[in-house]
Amino acid sequence: MAPILVLTEHERETGAVKKTTLELLTLARRLGEPVCVWFGAGGSEAAVQLGEYGATALYVADSAEMNDHPVVPMVDVMEGLVGQLQPAAVIVPSSADGKEVAGRLAVRIGSGVITDAVDIDDQGVATQSVFGGSTVVHSKVTTGTPIFTVRPNSVAPEAAAAECGVHAVDIAVSDLAKSATITERTVAGKGGRPELTEAAIVVSGGRGVGGPEGFAIIERLADSLGGAVGASRAATDAGWYPHQYQVGQTGKTVSPQLYFANGISGAIQHRAGMQTSKVVVVVNKDAEAPIFELADFGVVGDLHEVVPQLADEIENRAT
Amino acid sequence: MKIAVCVKQVPDTWAEKALTPEDSTLDRAAADGVLNELDEYAVEEALQIAEAHGGEVTVVSMGPERAAETVRKALSMGADAGIHIVDDALHGSDAIATSAVLAAALQGKGFDLIVFGSESTDARMSVVPAMVAERLGLAQVTFAQRVSISGADVTIERVTDYGYDTVTAALPAVVSVVEKINEPRYPSFKGIMAAKKKPVENLTVADLGLEPAAVGQSAAWSAVEDFAARPPKAAGTVVADEGDGATKIATYLTEQKFI
Repeated sequence: MAPILVLTEHERETGAVKKTTLELLTLARRLGEPVCVWFGAGGSEAAVQLGEYGATALYVADSAEMNDHPVVPMVDVMEGLVGQLQPAAVIVPSSADGKEVAGRLAVRIGSGVITDAVDIDDQGVATQSVFGGSTVVHSKVTTGTPIFTVRPNSVAPEAAAAECGVHAVDIAVSDLAKSATITERTVAGKGGRPELTEAAIVVSGGRGVGGPEGFAIIERLADSLGGAVGASRAATDAGWYPHQYQVGQTGKTVSPQLYFANGISGAIQHRAGMQTSKVVVVVNKDAEAPIFELADFGVVGDLHEVVPQLADEIENRAT
Repeated sequence: MKIAVCVKQVPDTWAEKALTPEDSTLDRAAADGVLNELDEYAVEEALQIAEAHGGEVTVVSMGPERAAETVRKALSMGADAGIHIVDDALHGSDAIATSAVLAAALQGKGFDLIVFGSESTDARMSVVPAMVAERLGLAQVTFAQRVSISGADVTIERVTDYGYDTVTAALPAVVSVVEKINEPRYPSFKGIMAAKKKPVENLTVADLGLEPAAVGQSAAWSAVEDFAARPPKAAGTVVADEGDGATKIATYLTEQKFI
């Protein structure tokens, strides 16, 4: 079977493999034999888990250059691996780094690229959900080695044990790759919750939350469910919640198992970022709010009453 | 300092978008065309840098005839000159071809800084700035929530999952900016009038030294097989809160195995 090159991602602090990587491996197995590339420390420790999800090889690039310079060193290594392994496809996560790696690699190796796939079949046909999820598109790369970026939560990871050998990568990094340097990494924002785009559960607040202090109950509900917190543009524009948590056309696109919208009217701008969520629960005072069209379960009511009561209920059920 | 800012005309953010049945490309005629929202931040950032450090800002856009409005919009915000790459051969170009066209238009003009919005609100690929940097062999400092220039260096804060990375590169460099990096100015009446007199160079694919056959839909390296509107969602259950709303949600979430 042809190798499929998969770009892995892991948490910087812990080295834990991200769930999206296991999703990518699950898709890669439809096309061939997944081989992984890992940037930074912790690769050999992760090989066992990657093997459980079908990776047959792990190429580890762990030099100072990988840590010190953004994006381009990864492109250099992946270009080298594409030459060496002749994969039938390259699959990377739809993160900022992943998309930029995909774009540059496509130019370098003369390949077409499809971004934000939510599915890939065994013929290499990618499914994309575009225009805020209103249109489903099937497309295919027609030139070169197909490169796909895949959105988090697109498929459920399936285990399929394989023997995963670890190989150190010895590929020189270009001067171009060193042309930008990371001088400092800053951890900001609300720690302790899952990353918004990858979370299985997202609890969001909008205009109806009423102010920055109102987000405390949104956060509490999110924590009771083990979810991430999101916000509508109305809430982030008003400065009630940090901008990086905005879900919508100009913010993050999320596709969780459960999306819980509180005090959000559901303008196109917002729907564009959450329409592909599997289950949508809504709490809103306004029975006419368009968000109810997307609701699997909705309550017309005041979120300031319903949300804290619900958090109590969930916490009680958990004990 | 010579600054280029690359902008795209996109359908109005608030409009419903659709593909055309004829060739599966975006139906640009169906909605008003506007300056891509994230590019407004790019224009503003370019203007602020030029104001602080001296220099001039050139707007570069690839798009159909009516994208001229978008170039004018950026000029009315305060940019000095425009380059509009307009050619029927470009219809249906993929990101690969778009980046080749933009790189050809930017090449050799001595730009110190090339600024982009981090994505367009229509295609949302976020790959063109990196592709242009790749083609021009320039440093990329992208997804910036803050940009500062010091001497011959540019330093940005690159937004990451965990916060941000501070990234520095020597000029010339390619920058992309995220939403909320600044507050884009509204064009003043004076700005709108002045924009009418500012120079805009119209270039064709041939003017850039590229083969028309190397761009457009037939040259794209990926192709749409089919598309369809997402089937409407089946109506869910909506109840009024009579003091028991939370319990009802909890029951639903339990049924769905979320709790």
